[in-house]
Amino acid sequence: MQDALFYIFSALTLLCGILVVFNPFSRNPVTSAMFLVLTIISMSGLFVLLNAFFLAAVQILVYAGSVIVLFLFVIMLLDVKEEEKRQFQKFGTFMGLISVIGLAAIIISTTNQTFTIANQSEAATIKQTFNQSGSAETKPLGKLLFTEYVLPFEIISLLLLVAMLGCILLSKREEPKEGVK
Amino acid sequence: MSVGLEQFLIVSIILFCIGLLGVVVRRNLIVMYMGLELMLNAANLALVSFSHYRDNLDGQILVFFIITVAAAEVAVGLALIVALYRKRQATDVNELTSMKM
Repeated sequence: MQDALFYIFSALTLLCGILVVFNPFSRNPVTSAMFLVLTIISMSGLFVLLNAFFLAAVQILVYAGSVIVLFLFVIMLLDVKEEEKRQFQKFGTFMGLISVIGLAAIIISTTNQTFTIANQSEAATIKQTFNQSGSAETKPLGKLLFTEYVLPFEIISLLLLVAMLGCILLSKREEPKEGVK
Repeated sequence: MSVGLEQFLIVSIILFCIGLLGVVVRRNLIVMYMGLELMLNAANLALVSFSHYRDNLDGQILVFFIITVAAAEVAVGLALIVALYRKRQATDVNELTSMKM
């Protein structure tokens, strides 16, 4: 059951991820943003399969709820009609495809080799199956977040404040100053 | 084939490569940003699967922080794109090649 769910969710994630980047039917950034929402929702399904319930909820709230809305606002602010006509550059696409596929082949083969070695050695402590206990891991996560990781937690709130100030400063219109040459 | 850590890692690698391809190939700044988001999500997936299969919650804490930083990064980056668009009237990187505003 869980294996089937894994295959469904990962296929959805990868398919929607491909459609974010290369949509054969439309060049519109709004379509890409919508497929990004689908990618994120199916990825939160994968998080649920991994017993990370809190992170699945945060993923949907933060990404699908606010980041995509921000993207859509910016797309509406800018004029996107012009980009639809633009075609891919052949040479750049070809070289990018080759280099990225090469990178993927290198990483996947390394992972495969690592797992072959790890399966042979007895020191492999990695669990081979899903955790069947089904216990919610949110409570220990919160405990860890507010005891051991409380300093990074506070620093990240400072980071959000700085980001907010930066956004306000950047998106403020420059007014022509009077009396200054 | 039963699903283990390896399958999750492979999904995460493929997703990362799709995002990287989006950043490399697409010329629209906003879609390039979406590619960046895909890459961050792939890293999150790898971290969560490691944290699950090692019975260690530190990975999930790291993912929590990554999501926060990604939200801040998107806000600042999109503000930069809007400011750039006001000056240049373009979101295509082929038209944004000079450093002078």
